Amino acid sequence: MSTSTGSSRRVLEKGPSGWLAAPALVFFLLFAIIPLFGVLFLSFTKWDGLGEIKLDGLSSWTTVLTDPVTGNALWVTAKIMFFSFIVQAPLSLLLGVFTSASQKYRAALAVLYFVPLLLSSAAVAIAYKALLDPNFGLGPGLGLPFLAQDWLGNSDLVLFVVVFVIAWQFVPFHTLIYQGGVRQIPASLYEAAQIDGAGRVQQFFAITLPQLKYTIITSSTLMVVGSLAYFDLVFVLTGGGPGYSTRLLPLHMYLTGFKANDMGAASALGVILVVIGLALALLLQRLGGKNRNASQLEGA
Amino acid sequence: MVKLALRSAAIAVTAAAVSISLAACGSSGPASSAGNADSATMWGLTGGNQPVLQKSIDAWNKAHPDEAVKLDFFANDAYKTKVRTAVGAGQGPTFVYGWGGGVLKSYVDAGQVADLSDFVASNPDVKNRYLPSVLKNGVIDGKTYALPNNNVQPVVLYYNKEVFDKIGAQAPKTWDELMALVPKFKAAGIAPFSLGGQSKWPDLMWLEYLVERIGGPDVFANIAANKPGAWSDPAVKEALSKIQNLVDAGGFANGFSSIAADSNADQALLYTGKAAMILQGGWIYQSMKKDAADFVKNGKLGYVTFPAVSGGKGDPANVVGNPSNFWSISSKATDSQKKAALDYVKSGMFTDADTQALIDSGAVPVTTGIESKLAASPDKDFLSYVYGMAKNAPSFTLSWDQALSPAQGDAMLANLDQIFLKKISPDQFVSTMNATIGK
Repeated sequence: MSTSTGSSRRVLEKGPSGWLAAPALVFFLLFAIIPLFGVLFLSFTKWDGLGEIKLDGLSSWTTVLTDPVTGNALWVTAKIMFFSFIVQAPLSLLLGVFTSASQKYRAALAVLYFVPLLLSSAAVAIAYKALLDPNFGLGPGLGLPFLAQDWLGNSDLVLFVVVFVIAWQFVPFHTLIYQGGVRQIPASLYEAAQIDGAGRVQQFFAITLPQLKYTIITSSTLMVVGSLAYFDLVFVLTGGGPGYSTRLLPLHMYLTGFKANDMGAASALGVILVVIGLALALLLQRLGGKNRNASQLEGA
Repeated sequence: MVKLALRSAAIAVTAAAVSISLAACGSSGPASSAGNADSATMWGLTGGNQPVLQKSIDAWNKAHPDEAVKLDFFANDAYKTKVRTAVGAGQGPTFVYGWGGGVLKSYVDAGQVADLSDFVASNPDVKNRYLPSVLKNGVIDGKTYALPNNNVQPVVLYYNKEVFDKIGAQAPKTWDELMALVPKFKAAGIAPFSLGGQSKWPDLMWLEYLVERIGGPDVFANIAANKPGAWSDPAVKEALSKIQNLVDAGGFANGFSSIAADSNADQALLYTGKAAMILQGGWIYQSMKKDAADFVKNGKLGYVTFPAVSGGKGDPANVVGNPSNFWSISSKATDSQKKAALDYVKSGMFTDADTQALIDSGAVPVTTGIESKLAASPDKDFLSYVYGMAKNAPSFTLSWDQALSPAQGDAMLANLDQIFLKKISPDQFVSTMNATIGK
C-alpha cells in the first residue's frame, strides 16, 4: 500500500510520462517541421511549379525583400492585426463576462450569438460580398443610400470592412474563451467583495480582470498570431484588392506562388511569415510572466 | 458533464464520418460511373460549355466503354491554379484544358504535354475541321501541342438597346463618340460601362483593344516576343491615359473594382439596365441567354466591335480575345490513356451533335463549314456576327494574360488594376512592366 502511494506521488511530482506526447510529436514532425525545412530549401531555388527545381542562391530572397509589394503586404498585415485586436479584444471580454452569468435569457442570447462560429470563412465572405454589393446589395435593396457605399471597392474603406467581417466571425470564439475563464473564477471572491461593499464595476476591475490575466494572454495570442493567417476570408471577399489594399502577407504568398508561379519567392515569404508568427507568440508568452504555467486555482 | 462531453464527441465523429462520405460522393460524381483506374481523365470548366462537354463525353463513353473518359469540372480561376499544381505534382489529368500562348509554352518547356504533330499529320480530317487561324494558337516552335476544343471567343462591346433608346443615342463607332456618351448616360442616372474589376482580367480587355486600335498588332507582338523595352511603345502609354480619362469621366459603374466577373455580376448590370455597355468576351452571350432569356430573345441586346481611335494605326476589324480553348494531352499519361484521348480527339469531339449543341448554347464552334447551321439557329444574328468577326479579322490577338508567361501576366493584371484605380501613372506602369520582360 505504502509503496503504491509513494510511486503515484512521484508520478504527480514528475508530471505525466513524456511518451504521452509521442503521437503529437510524430504528427508535428511530419506535417510541420519537415515541410518547414522543405519551404526553407525551396526559398533558395527557382521553380515555376511545373519544371525542374533549380538552385538559385539568394535571388528569391532579394526579389522578395526588394519588392515594394512585400513591404506593403507587411504593412497591411500589421494594420489588420492592430485594428482587429483593438476591436475584438474588448468586445469579446465584455461579451464573455456578460454571457457567463446563468440567467436563461443570457443563455439564449449566447446560443444565437455563437452562430457565426459555425459558418465557414468562405460562406461568410460570399454572404458579405453579396450584402455589400453597391449595385445589388443591402443598401440599394433596402433603399438606404448610406449603406450603398462601395464598401469593397474603396481603397480607404475596404480595410475596415475586412476588420469588421473578421470581428463578426471571430468575436464569438474569443467570447467563448472568456466565458470559460470567468466561470473559473471562484464565487467566494465575489461574495467577499460584496460583503466589503464593492459595486459591480469595482468587482469587474478588482476581481474579474486580474483573474482573467492568463485568459487574456491566451486569447490575445490566438488573435494576434491568428491574424497572420487570415487568408480564406480575405481571398474570397476582396481577392487582396482593390489594388494592393488588402493584400495580406499570406495572400501575397499564395498569389506569388500560385498565380505568378514563383514558388521560390513564395517560399521565402512563407519563411518570413513563420518567423514573424513565432516571434509574436514568444513575445506574448513573455508578457504572461515567469510563473505563467502555475495554476491559479485555490488549493492546487 | 462527462456524459455530455462523450455525447458531443460522438456527434462530432458522426458528423465527420458523414462529411467524409459526402465528400466521397462529391469526388466520384456522375462522370465516374464509367471508367476504371487507367481511364483517361479530363478536367473541364464549369459554366458556358459545361453541358455541351458533358453530353459529348457521355455519348463517347456509351459508344466506347473500353476507352471511357472520366470527366470532372472546376470553376475557371480555381481550375487554373489546381491544374498547374496537379501537373507539377504528377497528378494531372490526361486532357489538359488550356488557352494556348505563354501558359501553354510553360507546359511545353517543362515537358508536360505531348507533341501532337505526328497525330495531326496522319489525321488530315482533324486538321481540316478547324479554322486555320484558330488552329495555329496550339502550335509552339512549329509543333502542335494543343487542339481547339470549343468555340471562338472574341471580345465584343455589348450594349443595352433599351437604355440607348431612352436617351436617344447610337452605339459608338469611334473613341470620341464613346467619350461623348459618358456624360449623357450619367445625366440619365445610368452607368455608361459595367466592369468586373475585382477579377482584374476584364480590365485587360480595355488595354488590349486600345493598344490594338492605336498601335496595331505589332505592339503586343513585340511584347510577347520579349523584346527589351517593348512596353515603352507610345501606343501603350496613350491607351493607359485613355483608360484613366474614362475613369475620370465616371465611365465605369459605381464600385466597379469590387464587382467580380466570375459571379456574372457585371453582366447583370447590363441586362438590368443599370449600365449601358460592357466590354466582355463572346462567352457571356451564352450565360446571358440563360440568365436573362427575355432580354436576349426580345432583341434588347446590341453588340458592336470596339470603336476606332482617330489617328490610330490598327485596322478596326482587328480582334482580341480567345480564339478557342484547347486540349493538350499529358505526356505523363499511360499509353492506354493517351490512345483513348487521341481517339476521342479524332472521332469523339466536334461530332455533328457536339457542334449543334455548341450552336444551340449560343456559341460559335471553331470548325469549318458551319455557316448553314449558324443560319438556322435562333441566335443567328449574334452567331453569324461573331463568326464573321473572327473569320474576317486581319489579326486575332490572344488575350494577353494567356499569351505572356504566368509571372508577366500576373504582374500586368496587378498593375493594370492600379491604373484603373489611378494609384499609378502610365509611366510607372510602363517602367514596371519593362522590368518583367523575359521573366
